[in-house]
Amino acid sequence: MTEPADAATGPLAEAPADAADPAHTATGPLVEAPADAVPGEVVLRLTDVVKTFPGVRALDGVQLEVRAGEVHCLLGQNGAGKSTLIKVLAGVHRPDSGQVEWRGQPAEFANPQAAMRAGIATIYQELDLVEDLSVAENAFLGHEPRRAGFVRRGRMASRTREILGRLGHGEIPPGRMVRALPAAGKQIVSMARALSHEARLIIMDEPSAVLAHDEVGNLFRIIRELTAQGIAVIYISHRLEEIREIGDRVTVLKDGRTTAANLPARDTPTRDLVARMTGRTIEYVFPDRPADSGAGAELLRVDGLSRSGEFADVSLSVRAGEIVGIAGLVGSGRSELLETIYGARRAHAGTVRMAGRALRPGSVGAAVRAGMGMAPEERKSQALLLGEPIYRNVTLATFGRYARLGFTDAGRERAEADRIAGSLELRPRDVRRPVRTLSGGNQQKVVVGRWLLGDTRLLLLDEPTRGVDVGARAELYQVIRELAARGVGVLLVSSEVPEVLGLADRVLVLREGRMVREAPADELDENTVLDLVMAGSLMEGAAA
Amino acid sequence: MSERCRLSWWRGDGGEGARRNLGLIGVLVVLILIGIATRPDLYGDSGWVWNNILTILKLASVVGVVTVGMTFVIIGGGIDLSVGAIVALAGVWCTTLATQGYGAGGMIFTALVVGLCVGLVNGLLVSYGRLVPFIATLAMMVAARGLAAQISGKQTQVSDNAAINGIASTDLLGIPLLVYILATVVVAGWVLLNRTTFGRRTVAVGGNPEAARLAGIDVRRHTVLLYGLSGLCCGIAAVMLTAQATSAQAEMANLYELDAIAAAIIGGTLLSGGRGTIVGSLLGVVIFSTITNLFAINGLSTEAQNMVKGGIIVAAVLVQQFQFRSLAQFLSRNRLSTG
Repeated sequence: MTEPADAATGPLAEAPADAADPAHTATGPLVEAPADAVPGEVVLRLTDVVKTFPGVRALDGVQLEVRAGEVHCLLGQNGAGKSTLIKVLAGVHRPDSGQVEWRGQPAEFANPQAAMRAGIATIYQELDLVEDLSVAENAFLGHEPRRAGFVRRGRMASRTREILGRLGHGEIPPGRMVRALPAAGKQIVSMARALSHEARLIIMDEPSAVLAHDEVGNLFRIIRELTAQGIAVIYISHRLEEIREIGDRVTVLKDGRTTAANLPARDTPTRDLVARMTGRTIEYVFPDRPADSGAGAELLRVDGLSRSGEFADVSLSVRAGEIVGIAGLVGSGRSELLETIYGARRAHAGTVRMAGRALRPGSVGAAVRAGMGMAPEERKSQALLLGEPIYRNVTLATFGRYARLGFTDAGRERAEADRIAGSLELRPRDVRRPVRTLSGGNQQKVVVGRWLLGDTRLLLLDEPTRGVDVGARAELYQVIRELAARGVGVLLVSSEVPEVLGLADRVLVLREGRMVREAPADELDENTVLDLVMAGSLMEGAAA
Repeated sequence: MSERCRLSWWRGDGGEGARRNLGLIGVLVVLILIGIATRPDLYGDSGWVWNNILTILKLASVVGVVTVGMTFVIIGGGIDLSVGAIVALAGVWCTTLATQGYGAGGMIFTALVVGLCVGLVNGLLVSYGRLVPFIATLAMMVAARGLAAQISGKQTQVSDNAAINGIASTDLLGIPLLVYILATVVVAGWVLLNRTTFGRRTVAVGGNPEAARLAGIDVRRHTVLLYGLSGLCCGIAAVMLTAQATSAQAEMANLYELDAIAAAIIGGTLLSGGRGTIVGSLLGVVIFSTITNLFAINGLSTEAQNMVKGGIIVAAVLVQQFQFRSLAQFLSRNRLSTG
C-alpha cells in the first residue's frame, strides 16, 4: 500500500523523481494536505460537480476524494450543499456536469438502487427503516435471500446475526421488531443494511444527532471496525470535536464549492476550519440599520417558555420596530421555539404575551388575532397552497376581512394582492398564476406578503431565505428592514450566521434548547457566534 | 382588463377545472350519440327526447344532492363512507308514526336534523377524535344502518303524507320538482364553494392543512362543519328518496356512498383534497344516470351496466393522472417532430 508505484496511479499524481515519499503524490487544485495519513487507494473522486435547481446553484464545483479505509469528514454550514452532495452520491440527484469516478471507473447512478448495487450506502438522518418489520427484514429489505420465490428466513436471520456481530452488536435479535429498538439500535440496523449490500462506502449524515452522548463512543467504535475492513466512510457532522476524534481527513464546502480538501482532521486549527466555512465569496447586501434603532414599546414578551425535549426556560422580548435574530443549529430547538410562540405547538411551561396580554397557549388563531404572523421553515409543506393562484395564497390569512356576510370579494383580494406583489417586486406580477410556477424567492415573498395585509405587528420568520437565490435574498432583507421601519417587530430564525448578524438589531444564540447568549448584533462577529453555536458540544464532549 | 373580468365569472379562477368539465361534456355527448345510434327510432321523437332528459335528471337528483356534500368533504381532505346509511337513517326516522304525526314540515325538519347531527358526529370523530376519515365514517356507516333497522324494526315504513309523496310526483312548468331541488342544491353548493369564505377555507384545509392552520384557520372546526354539510345533504336526499318510494326502510340508498365518491372523482375532484368542482361532480352524476338510461332504453341488464361504470371510473382516474396538459405537450412535440 505504501509503495510509490501504487501511489502514482492516482490521476493527480505527478510521480516526481523522489516519489518514494507518497506525500508528494497528492497534489490537487486546492488546499490539500499530504495524504500519507491515509494508506488506502482512492475509491471515490468527484471533479467539478455542479448541480442546479431552479433559482439555486446547490453544487457549484465540488471536489472530493475518498480513500478506502478512511473516515472522510464533510464540513459546511447549512446550505453549503452537503445534503445535495450526499444525494448525488446516493443516486437521488444526477449532477448537471462534472465527473464522478467510483473505484476507478466513471460512474453515474440513475437511481438509489444503482448506487446501492455499486456499493454506496447512505444512512440518512431520518432513518429510512420500516418500523413494523423485523431487524433482519429491514437489513435485507429489497434483496432478501430467496429460493424459488420464497424468502429463506433462516438464512436471512443467520446472515443478519453475522453482520450484527461484525458491528459488535450480536446481542440484537434479528427477529426483533425495529419499532421496539432505541434510536441507537435503529442506526445499527441501518448500518447492517449497508453491510448486507457489501457497501464499500458508507455515507453517514449527522449520525450522532439522534444519539445520546455515551452512545456516540459506541458509534465511533463501529466506524473504526468498518474502516479496518477497508470500508470508506463519509462522515457529516456539525460537531467539530467528533470530527477531530473519528475523522482522518476533512473536506470543507461553502456555497456549493469545495473550499478546502483533504485537511488533516486532527491537526487543522479550528480557526482555519471555521474560516473556510465562512469566508464568503458571495457578499450579501444587508440594508443599513437605522440610526435610532429599537426605541419602540415592548411588543412580545416570552417568559420561561419550555417544551420538554425541545427547548427549556427561554425568555426573550421583541420591541416594535426591532429585528431580533435567533442563531442556532438544526436541532437547537429554534423552529420549535418559534412555532410555540406562535401557538402552533403547546408550551409545557412559560407564557407568551403580546403587548402585555397573555396569549392562549396552543392557539394559532389567538396569536394571529393578537397581530402575529409567521413564515414557517418549510415553505411548500407549511405555508403554500401550491396549485392555487398567487392572490389566494397572499390573502390566505385575511380573505375573511374582504368578505361581506361570508361572501368573498375576489376583485378586492386580487387588487390587494397585486398591491403587495408590487411592493415586494414579485416576478412575474400576475396574481392569477399558480404559486407553483414561482421561483423559491418569489414564493417566499408570497408567504411574507401574506402578513403585510391586515395589521400584523409581529412577524416570525423561520429560515426566510432557505432556497432563495442571491438577488431575491437582498430584496427580502430590504423588505424585512422596511417592515421594521414601519414599526413591525421581527423575530428571525436562521442557521446562516451572517444573515442573523447582518439583519438583526439584537442576536440571541440558542444551543441545545437553551439561550446561551444575548447581545446587540454589532457586538458579535461570525466566528464568535459559530463558536457559541457549535462549541457547546465540544465542551460537553470534553466533560464526558 | 374588462374582458378579463367578464371571462373570469364563468371560468372562476380554475381554468383547468373548466377545461376538464368540457371533457366531461364531451363524454356526455358521446353517450348521447351512442343512444341515437342504437335507438334512432326513439330519438326521432322530440317529445320522447325531452321526457328522456327529464328522466335522466330525475334519476340523477337524489345521488346528485348527496354528491354535492361529498364533494365538499373530499375537497376538504376527507371522505364520507356513511352517506348511504345517513340517508337511510334520516328516511326511517322521518317516517316513523310519531314523526308523521307532525305533518310534512315535521318530517322534513326531522330528516334534515338527523342528517346534520350524524354528519357533525362524523366531523367530531375525525377532527377532535383524530380518527382517520375512512375509519370514522365506515363505523358510522355500520352504526347508522343498525340504528335505522332498530327504529324501523326491519319493516318498510309507508309514508302516508300526501305532501311528502307529492315531492316526487309534482311537476312545475313541465319539470319535476326533484330536478328543481337538485338544481337548487347544486347552485347553492357552487356559490358556497366558489364565492364564500367557507369555500375558501375548504380548499385551504384540504389543499394544505398545515398551511391553513398556520394562517390562522381553525382546521378542526371547519372539518366538523364539512361533515355536517354532507350529513345535511343526506337529509335532503332522504326526503327526496322517501317521496319517490312513498316509504322508507333501513336498506334504502344502498351503496350511494360509492356512487357519490365515483361521481366526484370522475368530476375531477382530487381524492387527496384541495381541488374539485361542483359542476364536475354534477356532470359525473349525470354521466352515470345517462349510462343507466342507455342500458334501460336498449333493454340490457344492470350487470353489464355496472361493469361499464367500473371501467369509466378507472378511465377517468387514468385521464386525471396523465393530465390534459401533458397530453397536449405530447401532441405538440409530436407535431414538431413530424413537421
